[in-house]
Amino acid sequence: MGPGGMRFVDEYRDREKAQALAANIATLVEPGRRYGLMEICGGHTHTIYKHGIEDYLPEEVQLVHGPGCPVCVIPMGRVDDAIWIAEQEGVIMTSFGDLLRVPGARGSFLDAKARGADIQMVYSPLDSLRIARNNPDRRVVFMAIGFETTTPSTAMTVLRAAAEGLENFSVFCNHVTIIPALEAILASPDLHIDGFIGPGHVSTVIGCEPYRFIAEKYGRPFVVAGFEPLDILQAIQMLLLQLRDGRSEVENQYTRVVPWEGNQKALQAIDEVMEPRPTFEWRGLGWIPDSAMRIREKYARFDAERVFDVPAIRVADPPACQCGEVLRGMIKPWECKVFGTACTPETPIGTCMVSSEGACAAYYNFGRFTRLRVRQAGSA
Amino acid sequence: MCLGIPGEVLTLDVERPGMATVNVGGARRQVNVMLIEEDGVAPGDWVLIHVGFALAKIDEEEAQVTLSYLEEMGQAYRDELHALSESRID
Repeated sequence: MGPGGMRFVDEYRDREKAQALAANIATLVEPGRRYGLMEICGGHTHTIYKHGIEDYLPEEVQLVHGPGCPVCVIPMGRVDDAIWIAEQEGVIMTSFGDLLRVPGARGSFLDAKARGADIQMVYSPLDSLRIARNNPDRRVVFMAIGFETTTPSTAMTVLRAAAEGLENFSVFCNHVTIIPALEAILASPDLHIDGFIGPGHVSTVIGCEPYRFIAEKYGRPFVVAGFEPLDILQAIQMLLLQLRDGRSEVENQYTRVVPWEGNQKALQAIDEVMEPRPTFEWRGLGWIPDSAMRIREKYARFDAERVFDVPAIRVADPPACQCGEVLRGMIKPWECKVFGTACTPETPIGTCMVSSEGACAAYYNFGRFTRLRVRQAGSA
Repeated sequence: MCLGIPGEVLTLDVERPGMATVNVGGARRQVNVMLIEEDGVAPGDWVLIHVGFALAKIDEEEAQVTLSYLEEMGQAYRDELHALSESRID
């Protein structure tokens, strides 16, 4: 069956099909050779743990969880900056719900709210715009985070604010871009990644072409994948086929949603409103050149970093937290010193435990009894 | 935030071009459809919605596959649907 050929819900859940794919995957693996495959997107991490995908794979195939959870990569300093903005006179800070519990050095948005800051959860940046319209005497700030999946929405909202001539709306822009992060990972000398399971939703916007350098410059196969268990197994099969044949190409398993050329209108909206920052800090990955977006000068009055005298707080990650090593695929979540003890979804120390798509939270919620059990059985 | 939620376009908003009324999880919601390429959307089309914006047209079968994936996500999807139900995009 070719990529994108599967159609109905049941087909994606069919255990026999999964086992057939698993059997084929086993034939593609050279015994004793290690295959490190990184899934970039937190949505994939979620599916892998929820459905125990690792149990279908031979021991040689190791899934490595990448940096594609935007909540997980935001550095503490940016959270502190956002809280500083939220505590300024007359400000209403608006944020996606995902971010409310993410800890900065001075606590999270929820803590700041308890201290009296006006922080409101929104579903869309357009909701923030409505709040601004309805509160002309307040300054409404949208805490913008996310990869290219959410960046177009922020850009479109700024364009709308400009068209309406709104004067009390601005964006604290923390949008990040996936390609420089992947390049940083690929350039890291201590990393052993043989292929990539590419993100589904981000690729809807940027398309498949931007990944070509991974195949051509770094010689690693790259397969954009959907979110169903069988999508991921099929993407793994496609990666292993390339590795067996000595190929490195960009392939699209998720053709039923992702067009090769991406969404040009969304890319144009981003380019109109934003430009790359010279550098941006990622939790666990450090400073990466050109890896995030900021508002262009032309739209400066909608840029919270120009409207407010943002302190640009720098905070080192907590020493006990190993999110950085998890995000670079160097350790598994359960190998972190504080995993499941001091750091749990209820009381997260690191961002990977906050988001339901973070590798640690996904592993904590679903995965800890699969390979962990195998490992314990093996060492017993 | 990262979840793409499928919705079925019910009507295009004549007074506000680029907006559409969409059935999302049984509720009628306003969604921005200006980023859909080529011919745009028509009633009956399914779209994948990210934070209030339709980013891709999908077919109904893909919509059902995605919905069942989301339902299995549990709390994260319930939170997103709740946020969406509070949303008043105009």
